[in-house]
Amino acid sequence: MQLSKNHLLGIKDLESTDIDLILSTARQFKAVLQRPIKKVPSLRDVTVVNLFYENSTRTRLSFELAEKRLGADTLNFSVSGSSVSKGETLLDTVNNVLSMKVDMVVMRHSASGAPHFLARHLPNTAIINAGDGINEHPTQALLDAFSIMETAEGGLVGKKVLIVGDIMHSRVALSNIYLLKKMGAEVMVSGPPTLVPKYLQAALDVRVEYQLEKALAWCDVANVLRIQLERQNQVLFSSLREYNLTYGITKERLSRLDKPIAILHPGPINRGVEIDSEVADSEQSVILQQVENGVAVRMAVLYLLAGKRTDEFGVK
Amino acid sequence: MPPLGGIFFESTLIFTMNCLLSPTHLNLTIQRLAHQLIESENKLDEVVFIGIQPRGSLLADRLMDVVQSLCETDSIQYGLLDITFYRDDFREEIRVPAETRLMHSIEGKRVVLIDDVLYTGRTIRAALDALQDFGRPRQVELCVLVDRRFNRELPIQPDYFGVAIDTQSTEKVRVDWQQSSVFVFGSGEKF
Repeated sequence: MQLSKNHLLGIKDLESTDIDLILSTARQFKAVLQRPIKKVPSLRDVTVVNLFYENSTRTRLSFELAEKRLGADTLNFSVSGSSVSKGETLLDTVNNVLSMKVDMVVMRHSASGAPHFLARHLPNTAIINAGDGINEHPTQALLDAFSIMETAEGGLVGKKVLIVGDIMHSRVALSNIYLLKKMGAEVMVSGPPTLVPKYLQAALDVRVEYQLEKALAWCDVANVLRIQLERQNQVLFSSLREYNLTYGITKERLSRLDKPIAILHPGPINRGVEIDSEVADSEQSVILQQVENGVAVRMAVLYLLAGKRTDEFGVK
Repeated sequence: MPPLGGIFFESTLIFTMNCLLSPTHLNLTIQRLAHQLIESENKLDEVVFIGIQPRGSLLADRLMDVVQSLCETDSIQYGLLDITFYRDDFREEIRVPAETRLMHSIEGKRVVLIDDVLYTGRTIRAALDALQDFGRPRQVELCVLVDRRFNRELPIQPDYFGVAIDTQSTEKVRVDWQQSSVFVFGSGEKF
């Protein structure tokens, strides 16, 4: 058993068997993380560089912790304070890092497709996409799926998942849609029409419901996304207050439903905008479990991709 | 009188399948091993039996059934250990990890590792490594059903074994629990 790809660039390229393999491996890593000694030595001869061309708290800490729990050596790189500000290109930077004998690259970049570009030029180095522009954020989708599977018995097949918020600018939404569709779940998106791409329904076969109340009544799980003001260069809704009134997940909206639904959020949360504090801190919220699961899922991805590494060198 | 380890057969055929242990023999061997595991132990709460996943746990299940009925107790301390993440050859073949279930502390206890076939010894090395993450046992012993002698790559020997056989590395030994038999598949001449 191994992954069908040498890189993790997006959920779009993965087979459903790959996703199954990652999630079942992550389950065992989660058990490792609950032991007194939370480390295994699998990647002790592997060096991983974390290249973050864009800000991050959870993903970066989570990847670094996952690498350390696997015994890998880690290098951290952020754009501020690097030679990128002197005009070095992405490929030059990465080639310089690789010439220091680094085996894997974890990269977040504000340009969609940046990890795909790297993978084309560096086919022998495992590249993990930690978020590229508005394209994909595969490890987030994997940990969301892992968390959804924990909230209820059974797999993802037939599960009704609502993604609500800024669909247009969200790489989390796109990765989640690809993954959930591949695993047989039903997906609905909701949000202001200006933030839902026009051809989403036709292109990806997801339901679109602009009325949040109806959407919430339909779903088992709601994944709430942040309004990404940093990616919006025009006014797409009147005010954050108005957004909260129409699309905010409030306690009142949830209390009107006939069943409790699990609330996910990839973070960082803007309390009082897309989600109210009462909901974010409630029993229904699995936001902190998502963070916990993130480490296990990233350990699984690193472990499975490191396993592929020697194939290209022909070492057996 | 328990059967002494070692059942031999002769074959000069290539690509053969030989039955090393028949269901009757397998049953007798498991009975003997279970007796051996507990004969020198008068404090069973000081022993933790650990089956190595995935195949060692099948033997361990059978052994524990016998141990339990011999001791007339159901408080045998028994766990499962998955060693996938501790392997030194994980890059050659990715294996799907199985569950590790160790409900009992191994600190200061006598630990008996149980696996079906002892071959190169690398699985046991990984298991010793994995055990360290759970505590410091007083003593670690190894119990295997089939000991493939002369194929070791590490200085590891069993304390209890069902049968010892001399095989070539081209051969394979499989414990088939559905048929309750042990088979040797292989090519080349046995010695």
